[in-house]
Amino acid sequence: MNFNMTDPNQIITSNETLPRGKAVIEIKDLYKSFGNNHVLNGFNMTLMEGENLVVMGKSGSGKSVMIKCLVGLVKPDRGTVKVLGKEINALDQKTLDELRSDIGFLFQGSALYDSMTVRENLEFPMRRHKEKLGAVTDTEPLVREALENVGLAHTMDLMPVELSGGMKRRVALARTLILKPKVILYDEPTSGLDPITSKEIIELMRSIQKKYGTSSLIITHDVDCARVISERMILLVDGINYAEGTYSQLSQSTDPKVDAFFKK
Amino acid sequence: MGNTSTLFKGLKEFFIEIGDLSNFATRFFKEVLKPPFEFKELMRQCYQMGNRSLVLVTITGFIIGLVLTLQSRPTLIQFGAVSWMPNMVGISIVREIGPVITALICAGRIASGIGAELGSMRVTEQIDAMEVSGTNPFKYLVITRIMATTLMIPILVIYGDLVALYGSALVENLKGDVSFQLYFNTVFDALSFSDLVPATIKSFFFGFAIGLVGCFKGYYSKKGTAGVGVAANTAVVMASLLLFVIDFIAVFISDIFYEL
Ligand SMILES: Nc1ncnc2c1ncn2[C@@H]1O[C@H](COP(=O)(O)OP(=O)(O)OP(=O)(O)O)[C@@H](O)[C@H]1O
Ligand SMILES: [Mg+2]
Repeated sequence: MNFNMTDPNQIITSNETLPRGKAVIEIKDLYKSFGNNHVLNGFNMTLMEGENLVVMGKSGSGKSVMIKCLVGLVKPDRGTVKVLGKEINALDQKTLDELRSDIGFLFQGSALYDSMTVRENLEFPMRRHKEKLGAVTDTEPLVREALENVGLAHTMDLMPVELSGGMKRRVALARTLILKPKVILYDEPTSGLDPITSKEIIELMRSIQKKYGTSSLIITHDVDCARVISERMILLVDGINYAEGTYSQLSQSTDPKVDAFFKK
Repeated sequence: MGNTSTLFKGLKEFFIEIGDLSNFATRFFKEVLKPPFEFKELMRQCYQMGNRSLVLVTITGFIIGLVLTLQSRPTLIQFGAVSWMPNMVGISIVREIGPVITALICAGRIASGIGAELGSMRVTEQIDAMEVSGTNPFKYLVITRIMATTLMIPILVIYGDLVALYGSALVENLKGDVSFQLYFNTVFDALSFSDLVPATIKSFFFGFAIGLVGCFKGYYSKKGTAGVGVAANTAVVMASLLLFVIDFIAVFISDIFYEL
């Protein structure tokens, strides 16, 4: 597989403006209910610049709801969500769209557009963000570069149905990276993949993080994924940040609710 | 007792649904004139809808024209009025049968297609992905599709009318020795402006209804693969019902104009 990327400076341009140790995402006291289903009950989280933070939680614990609050796809009932210093729910549509171009979002099921080729899928985010790309009119090199990053340059003219699950996830990752985001949100990057393909995806995420210094928030219920990639972890239980710490700290915890995650 | 409460609940759900559908339509009218416009996607949708329905409309139109003529013949012959065939068939096809049959066929084909497509896009988070990447999915997916059906259904209706008339002319040509030219001349003489205009206006509303219901059902599809099936299915049922309601209203209104 081909993980090499071109000039890193070209990808992340404005990361230098954020000093290390600054928070890129801050969630304070987040509440969200769907009818009587109280999903989030005062969740708190901070993602530091350049950090790999893993949020783990059981299926249905509200991980996807939480991550969707970060891009304004879900409106919280209460609480503040700050991304790159801006309060998401106070922005007008235009500013929100601009901010969104700095946030990469990898969806749980890849979410490739079925009716478009791989190339069109990758071009799609660029249609509304021409400003960000400057004077780029020919998108071909950008698309090619992004696909080469995930080792799939030869799939450019295929339709998503012609790809395997792992290839789809990689194309989705390439699509996420094409606008050179500062923060990447991964919603279960390894769900539905076999262990070997999962490992490949994790390697890919690590290489992206290492080369470009992007901040990553990774949501998963896959313990192996968390062990390999996390610098810090938060356990989402009962709608709150139940426990925080490094993988080794949490895996040695005697709290039954924490321990349940690490039992094989 | 139990029956009354289920009936009441069903009625309540029905009215909630109607309310949601009207909100959806309101949103369409609010956003349709605001830029950016997705012309390319609109053209693609128009082409696809025309392309996908053409064969079906051709077959049904032809058979309707054929059958209608074959079945009316004995009766008209009995009354010695077989020469009135082009007038009778022409008017009934253009005014009523053509638009309704074509729209129903398209409700089955297009509304269900849109419902399933948008439903699966909703379920697999493609609509969310679109929104996150800075494209308004309502504009890109919904407005283009509703516009496309509103433009294409009238065209398909006119085409379907012509095919049906051809089917009818074929019967008259084979059984009654009426030339195609004579047949069509008689039809066009018999048809007046007041037959064509209401039928065409009605077809625009049919097209709007088909697109609206298909998009509404798909866009708000419930999670899970079952949701996609439900979206496609209820889109057809709701669109077909709406077509008859619109037809009833249209006939009612044009009737007032005929009286004047
Ligand atoms: N749009 C919605 N409307 C109603 N309920 C919702 C909606 N989105 C999520 N929920 C509910 O919120 C809860 C949390 O869902 P969420 O998708 O965040 O779970 P998750 O932690 O991501 O689980 P998984 O690991 O299976 O992806 C579930 O009970 C779900 O039914
Ligand atoms: Mg989820």
